[in-house]
Amino acid sequence: MYVYKCVSIYSPPSPSLSCLSDHHNRPLPCVPLSESNPVVHLRETRKRRGSFVVSLSATMSACKDQDPRIHGIKTKIRVVPNFPKPGIMFQDITTLLLDPKAFKDTIDLFVERYKGKNISVVAGIEARGFIFGPPIALAIGAKFVPLRKPRKLPGKVISEEYILEYGRDCLEMHVGAVEPGDRALVVDDLIATGGTLCAAMNLLERVGAEVVECACVIELPELKGRDRLNGKPLYILVEYH
Amino acid sequence: MEKKREMFAGENGLQGDPRLKAISEAIRVVPHFPKPGIMFQDITTLLLDHKAFKDTVDIFVDRYRDMGISVVAGVEARGFMFGPSIALAIGAKFVPLRKPKKLPGEVISEAYVLEYGTDCLEMHVGAVQRGERALVIDDLIATGGTLCAAIKLLERVGAEVVECACVIGLPEAKGQCRLNGKPLYILVEPRK
Repeated sequence: MYVYKCVSIYSPPSPSLSCLSDHHNRPLPCVPLSESNPVVHLRETRKRRGSFVVSLSATMSACKDQDPRIHGIKTKIRVVPNFPKPGIMFQDITTLLLDPKAFKDTIDLFVERYKGKNISVVAGIEARGFIFGPPIALAIGAKFVPLRKPRKLPGKVISEEYILEYGRDCLEMHVGAVEPGDRALVVDDLIATGGTLCAAMNLLERVGAEVVECACVIELPELKGRDRLNGKPLYILVEYH
Repeated sequence: MEKKREMFAGENGLQGDPRLKAISEAIRVVPHFPKPGIMFQDITTLLLDHKAFKDTVDIFVDRYRDMGISVVAGVEARGFMFGPSIALAIGAKFVPLRKPKKLPGEVISEAYVLEYGTDCLEMHVGAVQRGERALVIDDLIATGGTLCAAIKLLERVGAEVVECACVIGLPEAKGQCRLNGKPLYILVEPRK
């Protein structure tokens, strides 16, 4: 039997909702978030005032053949083998940036999702989050906050440490950039293990902001980064298996 | 004879434009960063001011939209905060110019001199084609060393650098209105 949860992006996800898969622990198929595309076969529903939208898991993606722009975006991402070290198939988004239409489509997909949702902060993770975050922020009327490696931001900062495969790293945010009650979107080019996004969310929550969603162009689902997001929703455009 | 072009926006077509004052006031000065004696011009406060940030991008877009520019090259990392929005608005591609070993695959490198030592800027091979018209963007120009390296990378692959654009221009840049012969366009002077 399948159990579904309903998540509205017009208000924050309830802490009582939990991540889902079917009882064989297979990931549920993703359905693009769309008011005209409610999912059938619901066992458990929750109505929110205003719009009623449904997702099948904590991950939402636009990749499942729904939006014709996705194919163009996916084909523009270049895979570079064995970078930065042997065994890693690096997802290079710079080739996407060389195609003005595909780059614009990428931004448009995010802007269409977040415009009018009262998002006051877009936080971008250094450095590739700086490429996607500001255009989104400008289009939706939000401020842009860079989350940076240590000692790059001048003045007073707060730091959040996170674990790497070997060792640790640290992400910093300016004190005062984000205020309690700010509704935040976290943006990066890619989610792998989710460690960096987790650190980013922690920084924002520590200053009293509400992380509405994490948004990435690419997900590496096998690395299960979505499980490190403390139940926060993740929106991605393409998956790489 | 070519008409002399002032490099500051306020002297070059945007005289009295109130947006420039708001942009300048949105920039924060952080004394003694990264080391004593340096008055760091912090643009992150500009990014927190949606209107001022949008105005910054709009001013550059208005200037460059009809110049046939096909490449906007942004210098890591603060050039990444301004460049892509400009590129998107004018229909150009965005090319990140990065510190060493960040770009995957084949790159070309250009070394440049720092106060103490040297650094290096890299660009992807194949990102920019011969004959393309390019804009270089960064948040600030001080000595011009980084921008010079950026220009060289683009010219080495046969592109034409139309202009270098920065939000802030330090006094050393004045009088050096041209960088290796390339014009420089700056929105505001540094705050004290």
